[in-house]
Amino acid sequence: MTESGGGTSPDKDLAGETEPPGADASGVPAQRTPADKADKADKPAEPAESAEPTESTEPAETAEPAESAGPAGATGGAEPAGAAAEGVQGFGRTVLDSILSANTVTVTVLAVFIALVVGAILIVISDSNLTSEYGYFFSEPGTVLGDSWSVVGGAYANLFKGSVFDPATLSGAISGTNSWSQAFAPLSETLTYTAPLVFTGLAVALAFRGGLFNIGAQGQAILGAIGGALVGFELHLPYALHLIVALVGAALGGALWAFIAGALKARAGAHEVIVTIMLNNVATLFLTWLIVQKGVHDPTRSDAISKNVDKTARLPTIPGVDHSVVRVHLGIVLGVLVALGVAWLLQRSTIGFRLRAVGANPSAARTAGMSVGGAYILVMVLSGALAGLGGGMQVLGTTASSLTGQVTANIGFDGITVALLGRGKPWGVVASALLFGALHAGGNRMQSYSHVAIDLVVVLQAVIVIFIAAPALVKAIFRLRAARSGGTPTTLAKGW
Amino acid sequence: MATLTVYGSPGTAVPTQGFWTRARKAGLAFVVIGVVAAAVFGPLAKRHGHARFTFTETITGAHLDIPAQPGAIAFGLLCALAGAALLVTARTARLLTLLTGLALIFLVLSFLCWQVASGHNSTVLPLGQLAQSTVKAALPLVFGALGGVLCERSGVINVAIEGQLLTGAFAGALFGTIFSSTWAGLIAAALGGVFISALLAVLAIRYLVDQVVLGVVLNLFALGFTGFVFTQLMAPHQDKYNFAPVFPTWQIPGLASIPILGPALFQGNLFLYLAIVLVIVVHVALFHTKWGLRTRAVGEHPTAADTVGIKVYWTRYRNVLLAGVIAGIGGAYLTIGDVGNFNNNQTNGTGFIALAALIFGRWSPVGATLAALLFGFSTALAQVLSVIGSPIPQEFLSMLPYAATIVAVAGLVGRVRAPAADGKPYLKG
Amino acid sequence: MVEPGEIHALLGENGAGKSTLMNVLYGLLQPDEGEILVDGEPKRFRGPGDAIDAGIGMVHQHFMLVPVFTVAENIMLGAESTRGGLLNRRSARQRVLEVSRQYGLPVDPDATVEDLPVGVQQRVEIVKALVRNVDLLILDEPTAVLTPQETDELLAVMRTLKAAGKSIVFITHKLKEVKAIADRITVVRRGRTVGTATPDASEDSLAAQMVGRTVKLRVDKQEAHPGEPVLTVGGLTVLDERGQVAVDGVDLEVRAGEVLGIAGVQGNGQTELIEAIMGLRPVQDGQIMLHAGRAGTGRDAGGRRAAAREGSLSLVGRRTRDILRAGVGYVPEDRSADGLVMEFSVAENLVLDRYDDPQYASGIALSPSAINRAARDRIAEFDVRTSSHLAPVGTLSGGNQQKVIVAREMSSPLRLLVAAQPTRGVDVGSTEFIHARVVRERDQGTGVLLVSSELDEVVALADRIAVMYRGKVLATLPADAPREQIGLLMAGVTDEPAPEKDT
Repeated sequence: MTESGGGTSPDKDLAGETEPPGADASGVPAQRTPADKADKADKPAEPAESAEPTESTEPAETAEPAESAGPAGATGGAEPAGAAAEGVQGFGRTVLDSILSANTVTVTVLAVFIALVVGAILIVISDSNLTSEYGYFFSEPGTVLGDSWSVVGGAYANLFKGSVFDPATLSGAISGTNSWSQAFAPLSETLTYTAPLVFTGLAVALAFRGGLFNIGAQGQAILGAIGGALVGFELHLPYALHLIVALVGAALGGALWAFIAGALKARAGAHEVIVTIMLNNVATLFLTWLIVQKGVHDPTRSDAISKNVDKTARLPTIPGVDHSVVRVHLGIVLGVLVALGVAWLLQRSTIGFRLRAVGANPSAARTAGMSVGGAYILVMVLSGALAGLGGGMQVLGTTASSLTGQVTANIGFDGITVALLGRGKPWGVVASALLFGALHAGGNRMQSYSHVAIDLVVVLQAVIVIFIAAPALVKAIFRLRAARSGGTPTTLAKGW
Repeated sequence: MATLTVYGSPGTAVPTQGFWTRARKAGLAFVVIGVVAAAVFGPLAKRHGHARFTFTETITGAHLDIPAQPGAIAFGLLCALAGAALLVTARTARLLTLLTGLALIFLVLSFLCWQVASGHNSTVLPLGQLAQSTVKAALPLVFGALGGVLCERSGVINVAIEGQLLTGAFAGALFGTIFSSTWAGLIAAALGGVFISALLAVLAIRYLVDQVVLGVVLNLFALGFTGFVFTQLMAPHQDKYNFAPVFPTWQIPGLASIPILGPALFQGNLFLYLAIVLVIVVHVALFHTKWGLRTRAVGEHPTAADTVGIKVYWTRYRNVLLAGVIAGIGGAYLTIGDVGNFNNNQTNGTGFIALAALIFGRWSPVGATLAALLFGFSTALAQVLSVIGSPIPQEFLSMLPYAATIVAVAGLVGRVRAPAADGKPYLKG
Repeated sequence: MVEPGEIHALLGENGAGKSTLMNVLYGLLQPDEGEILVDGEPKRFRGPGDAIDAGIGMVHQHFMLVPVFTVAENIMLGAESTRGGLLNRRSARQRVLEVSRQYGLPVDPDATVEDLPVGVQQRVEIVKALVRNVDLLILDEPTAVLTPQETDELLAVMRTLKAAGKSIVFITHKLKEVKAIADRITVVRRGRTVGTATPDASEDSLAAQMVGRTVKLRVDKQEAHPGEPVLTVGGLTVLDERGQVAVDGVDLEVRAGEVLGIAGVQGNGQTELIEAIMGLRPVQDGQIMLHAGRAGTGRDAGGRRAAAREGSLSLVGRRTRDILRAGVGYVPEDRSADGLVMEFSVAENLVLDRYDDPQYASGIALSPSAINRAARDRIAEFDVRTSSHLAPVGTLSGGNQQKVIVAREMSSPLRLLVAAQPTRGVDVGSTEFIHARVVRERDQGTGVLLVSSELDEVVALADRIAVMYRGKVLATLPADAPREQIGLLMAGVTDEPAPEKDT
C-alpha cells in the first residue's frame, strides 16, 4: 500500500462503500455515529497533501487550504448552513488547529525537540564528572541537576554558536576587535556543510519518488568525488570551463555507479538496498586503492592523499573576505538551483510524471505503457548524478582539495536522513539539509569547546528522523489532536 | 495475489522459461567463466612453480603440491566441464545445487593455483587456517542472519541487523568490563540487541513506519549512540570501560584434530558452539513446532492467522525481540568473543552482509548459514591471500565478499520468494 | 437470528455491508453499537478466537489459507496438537481425513494449498471450520469463484451440513442460489436490514429490495453490425508466473463493431490471455494481429485518426506503450493494482497513458492547463463524482474510480477495447453507465474484447461468447446460447472428451 498511518484508510474506507446513484445526504449510512462521520469527513483531506499538485516552499501553506477544503468537499454540501457558519470563525480555528494538530511542521519541530532531550540525556550520562556526582544525587539533588543543566546548556550553546552566530564575535565585529568575517563564520560553516547535503539529499529524495531506496548515495558520492578530482588535476583547462567539466565528471562518476544498481534492479530484480550497500563498500575500497596509485598520489606526500585539484576547477568563494574563516562557496547556490530543477522535473515534466507513477504504483505504470525497468535505471542514474555532484562539492569546494580516504565524510548516509526529514520534496530537502548542516557546523564547535563528541549529531539526526517517520508517536507523546500523517515520503512498504 | 510476491518489482516479473532455464543459463556462464579462468590464470601462473596446500592450520604438516600452470588450467576446464554438465543435463534441483557447487569450487581452485604459487611471501596455503577463518568470519553473520530469519518469518523486515550487532558488541564490551565478567557482557549484549529490536518492533508494528527506512535509521541511531558513548567514555578510559575479558577457547578432544574441518568446527569459544546449536534449534523450531507454524503463518498470511485466533501482533513482537537477543549475542562475539574491546563502528557493514545471507539463504536457517559461510569464505580468502602476498592489491581482495553478494543477489539466486507478508504492517479488519 | 439446522441467506449488493456484518459476528471487527446473542446470551467477541469458542466458523470470501502450507497444516493452524513439543502432523492428518469422510468433502491433507484449484481450497476452508466443531457456519460469497457445477456441489454440501444439524449463514448477491437453498432470506442494503423474505418470493421482488429500485437486468443495445476483424489471435500460448501453461493454443477473432465476451471461471487463463495481448506478458508461441478493421456500418474502427494507419500489426513482442498507441484501449481487471495510481490526482490518472502526447506536453515539459482542461471535460462527460479534478483518485468510490479508467481509455479513438472485469466491485449505477459506454464504443465500430467472471455480464453485453477452460477456448457460441450449455463448458464439459492439461 501507500504510506503509513492514516494514508491508507481513505481508499480502504471508500472502496468498501459504493457511491449511491444519487449522491444525496442519505448516502451516509444512518447508523454511523457522529464521531465516525466527522472522522470520515476529515480523511479525504489527507492524501491531498501527499499528492500535492503544486510544490510549495512552506508545508503549512498547503496544509491549511487542504484542511478547510476537505470536509466541505467530502460532505458535498450536505450541511450548507453549518458550512456558512464555519466560514466566519474558520480562519482563527484553522490556525489554531494547524498548531495543535500533528501536521508536518509541528511534528518536525517537536521531533527536533525530542532529539535535543535525548541528546541531553546522553550528554549527562556520558560525562564522567557528572556520573560520579550522581552517586550522591539524593544528598544534593540541586547541585547535581544544576551541574547537569550547565553541561547540557553549555554544549547546546556551542552548538548554536558554531552554526548560527556567536554574540561575542558579533559584538567584537561591531566594536572592531575582530573582523566581520569572523562574525559570519558560523553561518558560512553551516552553508558549507549544507551544500553537499542538498545534493545527496536530493539524490535520495528523487529515488524515493521513483520508488527506490538509494542507500548508495555514499558510494555514488565517492565516485563523484573521484570523477571531479580526476578532471580537476588531470586536465588543465581555463577557468569556468574547467569547473564545468569537473562538475560533469563528478556527476558522471556518481551516475555510473548508480547505473549498476539500477540496471541490476531492472534486469535481474536485485533489491537496490542490498546492491547499493555493497557498492558503497566497493567504492570505499576502490578509493583507498586509487589514491596511492601513480599519477593520482601526491608525490610530495608520504601519506595516502592525491594531488591537488587545479585552482581553475575550484568552486568560487565570496570575494573580499577572509577565506580561512568564511569558506562558503558557490556550491550552496548550485544546490538551490538544482533543487529548483528537481522540483520542476518532478512536478512539471513528462520524466517526472513517469517517475512518480512508477514510484507510486509500478504495475499501473506498466499497464499504462511505461517501461518500469527503464524508469528505474533513469531514476538511479539521475539520483547517482546528484549524489556524484555532492561528492564533487567536497573536492571542488573548500572542504578539501584532494582525494583522501575520508574525503566524502558521511554525506551519502546523511543524505538519507535529509531526504526523509524533507519528506522526499525538493524544498523540504533544502530545509533539512540546512538543519543538518547547522548541526554539523555546531557539532564541531561543541566538540572542541564543550568536549561533547560530534557523534551526538548523528544521534540527533537519527532521533529526529525516527519521530518524523512516526508522526503518530509524536502525537501520542504530546497528546495532539489527530491530524494528517506526515509520514515517510513515498510508497516504500512493498516488502522485499 | 499474496502468493505471488516475488523478490523484485512487478514490472520485471518475466518468467525465465523455454530452453534457457536458470540451470542452463548458469551452466553456460560457468562454461564461459571456466574457459576464461583456464586461459587467464594458466598463462599468469606460467613462471611459477608449485602451489602447496596444507591440511593444517600452519604451513607445515600433511600437504598437497599442485603445479601452478597445469593446475590452474585443469581446474578452469573442470569448472567449464561442470558448467557443461549443467547445460546439458540439469533439470532437477539437486543436480543444480551440486553442479553449481562443484563449478564454484573448481573455479576457486583454479584461481588459487595461480595465486598461491605466485605469492610474494609464501607459496603455501594452510587450508585448516582458511577453514577456521571462514567460520570465524561467518559467525557474526550466522547470528545476524538467524535473527533476521526469526524477524522476517513473522513478517517484519529487519534491516536493523547491523544496529543490533553493533549495540550487542558495544554493550558486551562495556558491561563485560564494568562487571569484569564475560557472562555479564553476554547478557548485556543480548539486552542491547533487544533495545534496538524493541524500537524496531514498536515503530514497525504499532506505528506502521516503513520497515526498510526504519531499519536504516535505527542503524544510524545505533552507530551514533555507540560512537558517542565510545568517544566520550570508553576511548578516554580504556581500562575502566573498554577492557573486557574474552570467552576462553574450548577444544573438543579428538574431533578438533580432523584435518581442515577440525580446527574450524571443534575448536572455538562459546559463540561457535552456540551458533551450531542455534542453527539446529531455529530450524527445528521453525518447521516442526507449534510456535514455528504460527510464526510462519503470521509472516505469510496474517489475516488467516488472525481468523484462527492467533495473536498476530504478539507473535511479531515476540519474534522481533527474540531476533534482537540472537543478533545482540552475535555482536558480542566481535568484542567479548574475540578481541575484548570495542571500536567505533566495529561491525562495519557486517549486518548488511548478514541481511544478504538471509536473502541468499531464502529465509531458511540452514540456507542462511550456508550463505554466511560462503561470505565468510570470501572474507577469509582475502585475508589469507594478502598474507601470502598475492599480486592482486589488497583492496580488490577485500571487495570479494561485497562483489560476491552482488552477484548472489543479482544472478545466482534469481527471484527468491520472501515471506508473503514480509514488510507489510498488519491492520485489523 | 438463525435457528439451529437452518440455512439463512443474507442477500445484498456488493458493498451493502454483508461482509462487514459477518466480520463483526466473527470477532474480526468490533461493533460500535448493538449486541450479538448466541443461544440467547449476549456475547462480546474480542477476536476470532472467541467466536470459534462460541461455535461460530466462517469461510471468507478471500480464503484464509496460507498458500505455502499444506492442507493439514492450514487446518491444524491455531489448534495444533503437539507431541513432545513438536507438531503432531499425523494426528492432524487423521482428523482431516475423518472430517472429510464424515461430510463427504474429499481433500488431500498433504497437498500444498496454492497448487489446489479454488473449488478444493474452499472445501479445505469448510473442513477447517468443521474440524473446530462449529455449530454455525458463515459462508461469505462462496459461489463467486465457482463454476455452475461446483456451485451445485457446494449447495449439496450445504444440505448435508444442514441435515447434520449445523446452521449456515449464506452471504451472496445471487438470487438463483438463494432461492435454491435458503430457508429464510434477509435482505440488506447500505448497512441496514431492508426486509426478510422466504425462498418463494419472486426474483424480481428480491432484486428490487436488494438495490432499492427496479433494475434493468438487460443492457439496452441494438443489433451488432460486425465488420472485418480487428484482432486475430492464433495458436497463442502463454505461461503464468510459475512457468505453467496458462493459455494453451488459443484462437480468437474480434471483429469491428462487436463485443466478444470471454466467459469462464476465474483463473482459467483469461488474465494471462489479455496480458499477452497488451504486451504485459511474454508470448511463448502464436500470433496476435491487430488490423485496421472496418465495421459493418461502414465506419472505420477507431475513427479518422486511426484510419490513417492502415494495415495489420503484429502485437507479439511489442511494447505495451506501442500497443496502446496503435488504438487499443485497456481496462485492467484490478483497478487499484493495475489501473490507477491512487496517490495521483484524477486529472493525472486520466492521462496516465497519454501524458507525453503532444496535446499534453511539449518536449519534456508537461502542460498542466491542457491536462486539467481535458480532465474537467472527461469528468463531466463520464459523470465522475469527485470533489475536484485535483483530488487524489484514491478518495473516490470504487465505481467512480472505474469510470476514471473507462474515461481514460475511451478518450481517444480505438480500434480495439480490451475490458477485463469492467464492473467488478462497482455499484449498480456506475455498472449501468459503464455498460452503456461499452455498447456505444461498439456501435462506433470498435471491436470489444470483454472478459468477465460474471456470466450475467457476459451474456448481457456480448454478441458472441467464447468459453475458456484451463487455458483453451472450448467453444465460441452466439449470445443467445442456453446458459446451461455455457455453464457446462465453463466446467470443461464438452461433447468431445475434456482436454487433458498439458504438462
